[in-house]
Amino acid sequence: MTAAKAEKPIITLDGVTRSFGSVQALRGVSAEIREGEFFSLLGPSGCGKTTLLRMIAGFDEPTTGTITLDGKPMAGIAANHRPTNMVFQSYAIFPHLSVADNVGYGLKKKRLPKAEYDREVEEALKMVSLGGYGPRAAHTLSGGQRQRVALARALIMRPKVILLDEPLSALDKKLREQMQIELRRLQRSVGITFILVTHDQEEALIMSDRIAVMFDGQIAQLDSPEALYRKPNTQRVASFIGVMNFLDAKAVGEKGGKITLDIQALGTLDIPASALPEGMRPSEISRVGVRPEMMSVVMDGAKGSGHEIAAEIAESEYYGDMTYYLVSLPGKDEPVTISMRNTAGRAVLEPGSKTRVSFSPESIVVFR
Amino acid sequence: MAKGPKKLDWLRGYASIYMVFLYAPVILLPIFAFNNSTVIAFPLKGFTTEWFSSLMDNSALHDALGNSMIVAVSTAMISTLLGAFAARAGVRYRFPAKRGIMGLILLPLVLPEIIIAVSLLVLLMRLGMSLSLWTVIAGHVLVCVPFSIAVLNSAFAGLDQSLEEASFDLGETSWGTFKRVTFPLILPGVISSLLITFTISLDEFIIAFFLTGTDVTLPVYIWSQLRFPAKLPGVMALGTLLLLLSITLLIVAEFFRRRSAQRRGLDASTTEGLI
Repeated sequence: MTAAKAEKPIITLDGVTRSFGSVQALRGVSAEIREGEFFSLLGPSGCGKTTLLRMIAGFDEPTTGTITLDGKPMAGIAANHRPTNMVFQSYAIFPHLSVADNVGYGLKKKRLPKAEYDREVEEALKMVSLGGYGPRAAHTLSGGQRQRVALARALIMRPKVILLDEPLSALDKKLREQMQIELRRLQRSVGITFILVTHDQEEALIMSDRIAVMFDGQIAQLDSPEALYRKPNTQRVASFIGVMNFLDAKAVGEKGGKITLDIQALGTLDIPASALPEGMRPSEISRVGVRPEMMSVVMDGAKGSGHEIAAEIAESEYYGDMTYYLVSLPGKDEPVTISMRNTAGRAVLEPGSKTRVSFSPESIVVFR
Repeated sequence: MAKGPKKLDWLRGYASIYMVFLYAPVILLPIFAFNNSTVIAFPLKGFTTEWFSSLMDNSALHDALGNSMIVAVSTAMISTLLGAFAARAGVRYRFPAKRGIMGLILLPLVLPEIIIAVSLLVLLMRLGMSLSLWTVIAGHVLVCVPFSIAVLNSAFAGLDQSLEEASFDLGETSWGTFKRVTFPLILPGVISSLLITFTISLDEFIIAFFLTGTDVTLPVYIWSQLRFPAKLPGVMALGTLLLLLSITLLIVAEFFRRRSAQRRGLDASTTEGLI
């Protein structure tokens, strides 16, 4: 993932809270969203991500805290005066208007000459690969096309920020994957800051420059997709993004840049001290995590790398390109998940097979 | 649905009898309107258009018709407007005692009209207001608003809130949003509401009878004519014209409603309508 073009913040959130009666939807969110980046708000439903997006759009006001957009405080500025445009979850295509009238809806206020207006609308439609669709009735469009019209309608306004509220959730899997890549490409080519709200971690990882993971009205971690996946700072973030095997652990020694851990089922091993998150002391370690693809089942005759321990296959799930094994380790009740790529000539092991599991200590993530 | 031909026959017979019972009196209206006799009875005497031409130069009737039009059009417009406000508030907003307030607005639906008429009369007398077409309109609005709300409720409920937000988000003002998005989308409901309230007001008798001064509306005029047997065929002719007017109005309104629903890509039969 490339870094955002400029480090200048386009949006600054400072201690934003929002209460609905006695319910606190947001409990103090502070973050900076950089100009030109693809930023995602990722979290389970009810975590406050949509509330936050609607506040940036101007449909709602923070109870306390401030939102600054392009250097201007947004308090008291309504949605129709903000340089933001939204792509709604339902797309909100005006059903009584043609495709062109939908796309040009916001442009009408600017009272452009007809020729220029038509050209701008057609250009915006071309940007979302719907050139020539202008005269069609909006209700004849498919889900994917509606999505594109909603996007064109926002792009034509040339806003500072485009807000996307779960825009792909209504599409089927194939189309969704295609739109993810297309959206990303479009965002790069126009250079407008995109803020995406999603509960789909895969979608956030694929599309974003940076992701803010939100739980219970707070940002749990704000990082690049890679950092989030490799270095989740809490167990909750770790299990929300991808699959993580957790094992009880405690530090038993520390010398020369290495920390010795005693880990459930894996035994004693050394990890580099740099694996510790900043500000965390070795004595605080209570668990470690290992991603399924960071461990491997040692096949017959092959030589494993790094540490090896005896194990037994409890279950195997065949996915075509991958096989997911549930592997029982001595000293741990719950089996761990290990994913193996199905390369040529590699057998799929039956449940009950005795085997060995190998892993490298560098892949271990530590948690409080 | 039918289990066999026998059951189907039985249901068909029932439906036919039902329709005859419902519409036979209506069919009698045009028959006697063209009958060349002042007595409303079979056998028919002969064909005439005399009763229709007698309507043409009856100035009392023309006045009553004019009054009724003023009352019905005003009632339709005022109650649809008020109904739209109430329906919108009921669908979109949460406020204290919402159920109670909505229930109170809908109360005239179940109150006997004579009670409403008498109590309004007492109230107006106490307030020292003189009776006129305006008091009739006020009474009609009271009974028509609930119908208007019932029709417009479904129009507003079917309106996706994000459409208005999208318009607002694209830089449009509240008024502009209403003009360009909300109104076109609730138009079928508005047409239905105007039609229903117009029709209710046009043939409402009790309130009009109690609350009008010297200006009578059409139903009150017709009632006054029924005392003279000689005027009966004229009333039949008038009834025939009103029947034609109602049917035409319904067809025209339904045509516009269906066209508007089609433009939105909706199935016309599932949107808020009369038929």
